[in-house]
Amino acid sequence: MRIGAISNKVFLYVLAAVLVVFTSYPFLYMIATSFKTMKEFFVNPFTIIPEMFTFEQYASVFEMGLTHYFVNSIIISVVSVAIVVFVAALASYPLSRLKFRLNRPILLLFIVGMMIPIHASLIPIFVMSNKAGFYDTIWALLGPYVAFALPISIFIFSQFMEEIPREMEEAAEIDGAGYWKIFTSIIFPNIKPAISTVVIYNFVHIWNEFIFALVLIQTPEKMTLPLGLQKFYGEFSVNVPGLMAALTLASIPLIAVFVFAQERVVKGLTSGSVKG
Amino acid sequence: MSTQSIIDTESKTKSSKVVSTEKEVRKKRQRKKSTAIFLFLLPALLIYAVFILYPIFSTFNYSFYQWNGLQADKTFVGLDNFKTLLSDPTFWLALKNNLYLVGVSVFVQIPLGLVMALVVLSKIRGKRLLNVLYFLPFLMSAVAIGLLWIFMYDPVKGPINQLLNVVGLESVHWLASSDMAIIAVLIVIVWQFAPMYMILFKASMVGIAEELYEAAEIDGANGRQKFFHVTFPALMPTIVSSSILAVVGSLKTFDMFYVMLGGGSGSATEILGTYMYRQSFINFNMGYGSTIASVMFILALISVIIIQYTNSVRKKRGILE
Repeated sequence: MRIGAISNKVFLYVLAAVLVVFTSYPFLYMIATSFKTMKEFFVNPFTIIPEMFTFEQYASVFEMGLTHYFVNSIIISVVSVAIVVFVAALASYPLSRLKFRLNRPILLLFIVGMMIPIHASLIPIFVMSNKAGFYDTIWALLGPYVAFALPISIFIFSQFMEEIPREMEEAAEIDGAGYWKIFTSIIFPNIKPAISTVVIYNFVHIWNEFIFALVLIQTPEKMTLPLGLQKFYGEFSVNVPGLMAALTLASIPLIAVFVFAQERVVKGLTSGSVKG
Repeated sequence: MSTQSIIDTESKTKSSKVVSTEKEVRKKRQRKKSTAIFLFLLPALLIYAVFILYPIFSTFNYSFYQWNGLQADKTFVGLDNFKTLLSDPTFWLALKNNLYLVGVSVFVQIPLGLVMALVVLSKIRGKRLLNVLYFLPFLMSAVAIGLLWIFMYDPVKGPINQLLNVVGLESVHWLASSDMAIIAVLIVIVWQFAPMYMILFKASMVGIAEELYEAAEIDGANGRQKFFHVTFPALMPTIVSSSILAVVGSLKTFDMFYVMLGGGSGSATEILGTYMYRQSFINFNMGYGSTIASVMFILALISVIIIQYTNSVRKKRGILE
């Protein structure tokens, strides 16, 4: 019995350690390599702590134009997320709190959107952006990014809005407040936690989005980060530390989000995967 | 006429007037409400219609044409694209690879996520640190992960082969042969998504009532019995829905295969997502690409219907019990 308990304990710690190596070694390898010189990388590529820290890779990455990709990614992420929050909150208000005949069907129509493979809309969006003259600008990404973020955002918002007590709304109604007034002064201020969940969830997804960018953007200066990284790989394939510096930089915003809002990230994940 | 009856009729007309104005007010309020509902929904519906509903409709429409996507002229070919698809060996290969993807998420990713959740929730030291370390893969974009792992798999300088050599095994050219390449990419996908399942399972495990464990303990259950008789059944809904969702997930997969294999190892490593991309945007066979996309949409739709069905069955059972 005692031996059994001890061996169970040993097994648990060994398992935990193996999992640590599996999940975090590649990540640490990336960061460590980014601080190595080319020479050190060729001598010992596997070490986690570089003998001599150098920032030269980071400098060279910026010289290669990483700034463009960063700026583009920041602009499109911020603008898309802002629009998503506003539009999704507007739509969720009647869907969650006002009774009308098409309420359920419309909510369902949005929620099913979580399941749609992006490929099913790829060619027509490519054609549309060509016709509208947005092709090869970051603004070609705005429509699809907002549209594909709406389902999960409306899902999260409408669930959250249902919880707001009726009395607050009724009090405002007695004071003669209209729907818009109720939305801006009661509903919107009361969904702040849901807003941060929606912002984080969508920011992470849009920051990482690849296939729309691949199809809709061609010119290097207009590329977003994931696309730019892919291009870097073609040019940097010999300079591994340089590429790793770029990968590390691209991950920093996500790491920052996680450090500052761990709980919200988790919330977003769990609510997001209930249905999609 | 008595005064009484005059008062009566007067009050009658008065009350009917009140009723009619009340009706009007109610009607007006109803109209105001409908307008408000319409205006609140309008932006979302418009964006959704333009960038999701219309494109899906349009994809189905294109799938009946032969079209290169560059010129305006298309040739209507009816169901020819679908017939071609059914006898296209690459389509079937891609579908098979998608099924591998589903299999790996059901039998490797989900169990691994469960194990990670169990470790993090067990009586182990340094839980907080473990939590963060297990979550690290989730903090990178798919493209960054793909590029990182290309170097992890490097035949000469890659840590994976180094590890194999240390254990006494020979180096493997992971991304060169198509069989190994698929396995290599699937390992990376497991690495990327296992933490997500860990989070999911953690959330549903924390929700299991403590009384159930206490009751099991009183009945003399050991750790293993507690897991199989309390934890596992409670997690079953999460496991079932994640497994069905794996089908949808596999249809959405593109980045990792595209970045790591880049079409370099040929059609044997194609999945539906990459095959659709290749046909549409490299071969400029947009009619045929739309056909593949339509089939992907139908497959996703079928799995949604299955999810809805199992959910409703589960609910009914819940009521009966």
